[in-house]
Amino acid sequence: MNLLEVKGVRRSFGGLVAVDQVSFEVSAGQIKAIIGPNGAGKTTLFNVISGVLKPDAGEIRFKGRPIHGLRPYRIARSGVSRTFQNPSLFLQMSVLENVMVGRHRLSRYEFGGCGLRWPGQAREERAIEEAARGQLERVGLADCAMRSAGSLAFGQRRMVELARALATEPELLLLDEPASGLNTREKDDLGDLMLRIRGDGITLLLVEHDMSLVMSLADEVLVLHNGMPIASGTPAEVQNDPKVISIYLGGEFQHVAAGQES
Amino acid sequence: MLRLRTQLQRGLMPVGLGLVAVLLHLLIRSLGKEFYLTQLTMAVYYAIVVMGLSLVMGYAGQVSLGQGAFFAMGGYTAAILTTHDFSAYQTAAWMETLKGMHIFVSRPGLYGGEVTAMTPWASFFVAMMLTAGMAFVIGYPSLRLKGHYLAMATLGFGLIIHKIVVGSSLAGAADGINGVPEWNLGGALTISGKTPLRVTNYYVACGLAVVVLIFLRNLIRSRVGRALQAIHDRELAANAMGIPTAAYKLKVFVLSALLAAVAGVFFTHYTGGIGPSEAGALKSVRYVALCAAGGMANLWGVTILSVLVNFMSLRGWFGSYDHAVFGLLLIAMITWCPQGPLKPVGRWIRRWSSRRAGGEELGR
Amino acid sequence: MDNTSLALQYFFSGLTKGGIYAVVAIGFNLIYSATGVLNFAQGEFVMLGGMLAVSLLAFMPLPVAIALSVLIVTLVGCSLEVVFFRRLQRHSILHLMIITIGLSIVIQEAALHFWDEKVRSLPYFTGNEISSVRVAGAAISPQVLWVLGTVVVSVALLHLFLKCTLYGRGMRACSSNPEAAMLAGINISNMRTMAFGLSAGLGALAGCVISPITMTHYEMGAPLAIKGFAAAILGGLGNPMAAVIGGLMVGLLEAFSVKVLPAAYNDVAAFAILLLVLFVRPHGLLGSPAGEGVREC
Repeated sequence: MNLLEVKGVRRSFGGLVAVDQVSFEVSAGQIKAIIGPNGAGKTTLFNVISGVLKPDAGEIRFKGRPIHGLRPYRIARSGVSRTFQNPSLFLQMSVLENVMVGRHRLSRYEFGGCGLRWPGQAREERAIEEAARGQLERVGLADCAMRSAGSLAFGQRRMVELARALATEPELLLLDEPASGLNTREKDDLGDLMLRIRGDGITLLLVEHDMSLVMSLADEVLVLHNGMPIASGTPAEVQNDPKVISIYLGGEFQHVAAGQES
Repeated sequence: MLRLRTQLQRGLMPVGLGLVAVLLHLLIRSLGKEFYLTQLTMAVYYAIVVMGLSLVMGYAGQVSLGQGAFFAMGGYTAAILTTHDFSAYQTAAWMETLKGMHIFVSRPGLYGGEVTAMTPWASFFVAMMLTAGMAFVIGYPSLRLKGHYLAMATLGFGLIIHKIVVGSSLAGAADGINGVPEWNLGGALTISGKTPLRVTNYYVACGLAVVVLIFLRNLIRSRVGRALQAIHDRELAANAMGIPTAAYKLKVFVLSALLAAVAGVFFTHYTGGIGPSEAGALKSVRYVALCAAGGMANLWGVTILSVLVNFMSLRGWFGSYDHAVFGLLLIAMITWCPQGPLKPVGRWIRRWSSRRAGGEELGR
Repeated sequence: MDNTSLALQYFFSGLTKGGIYAVVAIGFNLIYSATGVLNFAQGEFVMLGGMLAVSLLAFMPLPVAIALSVLIVTLVGCSLEVVFFRRLQRHSILHLMIITIGLSIVIQEAALHFWDEKVRSLPYFTGNEISSVRVAGAAISPQVLWVLGTVVVSVALLHLFLKCTLYGRGMRACSSNPEAAMLAGINISNMRTMAFGLSAGLGALAGCVISPITMTHYEMGAPLAIKGFAAAILGGLGNPMAAVIGGLMVGLLEAFSVKVLPAAYNDVAAFAILLLVLFVRPHGLLGSPAGEGVREC
C-alpha cells in the first residue's frame, strides 16, 4: 500500500483551474519531487494535500484512509507535516518555542492540566523541550535556540521551520520549495539533511525549482504544467522527456505540449 | 539544582503578590483611609475580568465586547436565585430534598417573614453553567470567522442582555437587584459588604486574583500557552502543526467568560446587589480599553492598570469624564505603546532574571 | 385600523429604519473594503450629523444647516483617517479596530459634553408631526418619503460614483487589490481617506433626515452601529450594494417583530438577526462562502 495516494484531484479558483486530473502515488521511504514552471499549480496541490484547501474533485488517501477535505490539523495529526513556501515561523516566539510547538500532537496536557500544573505536566514539558532541542541540533541550529524567531536570517528560518515540522515526527513530510533563497552551500547542506531525514524513515514529497537538487535527490519526479501532470518517472526519464523539455524551453516541441492541454 | 531554583522562582510570584496586597493594605491604613479598601476590592474583581480578557485578546487575538455581559450573567444569576422567593414551592417534595442538599435554604427576608431561596454556593454553580453554555453558543460560530465577527457578536449579545435585564421585573428592571445575601465560603471567610468584614473581603478578592493569575501564568508558560501564541501569530501554520485552532479559541473564550462570571458572582455578594449598568456596552468597552492599554498579553500590566484605573474611577476621581477617560486611554495606549507600557520593563526583568539563572543566553 | 393598513404602517416603518441601517451598512462596507477595518464609530457619524444640524439651525436655514453639517462630518471622517490610520499602518487590524472602539466612546462623550444629554431633533422638512400623506392606503408622515428618497438618491449616486468616475473606480481597485492599485498609480492613502469621508458624509446625511422621526441624542450611535453591521453582514460584507438589501431586511424584520415581542424588545430583534446570520450564513445573502474576509482558517 502506498503511503500517499492522490487520485483525480481538481481545484479551481473562480474561473481559473489551478490543478486538474492530478493523480500520483508516493511510496514509503521515497523522495518524490514535483516540478514545473511557475503557475503550474504545485503549491495549490500542496495546499490541497495538506488540508489548507478543499479539492473540488478527487481523492487523497494517506495510509489508505481518506484525508481530502479534512482540516489541516487533522491531517497533521495523522502524520503528515509540511513547510511553507515563505517560512511561517511564529515570529513573536523564540526559535526553541517554535520547534516546541511542533511537539503539540505528541503531548497531551490541556487547559486544566497545564493551568493547575497537574503532576506529570512538568515532566512532559521537559520532554517537549528536550525533543525540540534535539531537532534543532539535527538541523544544526542548536545555538540559536533562545533567539527570537524574527531575528533569524532567511535560510535559518527555513531550517527552523524544518525542525519544527520534524518535531511532529511525521511519516510524510511535504516541503514547499525548501531550497529557494538558499545559497549553494546551504543547498548542499539541505540535500544531505534530506537524505538523513529519509534515512530516519520519513518519506519526503517536495516541490522544487532547483533542478540539480531534484535530480540528485529524488527517486521519482512528477512534472506539472498548467495544473496537469504531463510526465512522471525517474529523474533521468523526466529529463529526457520531450514534453518536459518543451515546456521549459519552448520551441519546436510546443505542439507536443499543446496536445496535452484540452 | 536548577529545578529547585525554578521552583523558588515560581513560588516567588504568589508570595510577591501577597506582599504587594499586604503593603497596599498597610499603606491605606496608615493614611487613615480604610474606606479605600471597599473600592479597591471592587477594582480587584473588575481586574479579574480583564485578566480573562487578556487571554482572549492577547493570545487568541480576538476582541470580545461581551465581558460585561458575562460578568452580569454571573452576578444577576446569583442575585436572582439567592433573593427570589421560592416559597410557593415550600410544600413540594423536591424542595425538602434540595434543602437537605443545601441547594435551597429558608432564611429571614429583607422585609420580615421568611424567604426560601437558593444558597449562594448552588447559585454559583448554576451561574457557571449558564455562562459557559452561553459563551459556547456565541463563541462556536463566531470564532471560526475573522476577528470582527466575534467583536460584533459579543457587542450584540451584551446589548441583548442589557435590554433583557432592564426590561424584566424579575431582574429588578432599571434599579437592579438589592439585598443579595452574604456568602460564607467556609470558616471565617464570608463575602459580605459589612464594614467589620471589609479587610477580610479585601484579602478574599486579592486571594482570588492571585489564584487566577497563577493559573493563567501556568497556562501561558505551557504547551497550551505556546499553542495560543502560535494561533495568534500565524493561525494557519499553527493549524498545520496539529493544533485544533478553532477549539482552542473557543476554550479560551469560554474560560474568559467564566472568569468574568466568577468575578461577577463574588462582586454581587460583596456589594449586596447588581445593576443593569454592569451589562452595558460601556462597561465591556472599558474592559477592552484596560486590556489593550495594559498590553493585552501582558498579565502584569493588565492587572496593575485595571486595579489602578478602576479604583480611581470608582472613587469618582474622573468626574463626569469617566467614560471618556477609558476611551482616551484606549486610543492613547494603542497608538503609542501597543505592547503595553510594561513591555520594556518586562524585557528588562526577563533579561535580568535569565542572567541570574546561569548566564547562558541573553533575554529577547 | 384594519390588518392590511396596519401591516402597511409596519412596512413603511421598517423601510424607513431599514434605509438608515442600509446607509450605516454601506458606510461599514466602504471603510472595510478600503482598509480591512470594521469602523465601530460608524454610528457616531449619524449622531454627529443630526446634532450639528440642530445646532446650526439657529444660524441658518434648514437646507444650509444640513449641507454644512454633512460637510463638517465628512471632514471629521477624513481627519480621523489621516490622524489615526495613515500613521498607524504597522498596527494590526485588531489594534485599528480597537482604536475605532475608543473613538466611538470619545466621540460619544465629547458630544455629551459639547451638547448635553437632552434629546433633540430637526424640524420636519415638510409639514409637521401630524401631517400625513396617504400612500397605498396607509397614512405616513411626509418625512418618511424624505428618508426613503434621500436613501435612494444617495445609494444611486454612490453606485454611479463607484462605477463610472475615476475616483470611484480607484476605490474599487483599492479594495480588491491594494498593491496592484498602487502600481497603477492610485494613491491608496487618499482612497482610504475618501472612503472614510464618504462614509461619514453619508452617515451624517442619514442622521439629518431621520432626526425628526427618531430624534437625535448622544447615545444613538452604538445601537445603530450594531444594526448597521447586522445589515452589512446580512448582505455580505464587502459588497456595498448588498448592504442596501441587508439594511431593508433588518429594518423590516425589526418593524414586524413588534407583533411578536413587547415593544421594549424590538431592538433585540436586530441583534438576534445578527447572531442568527453569523450562525447560519456568515458570508451573507449575496456573499460567497469561501469569500475573503470570512473564514480565518
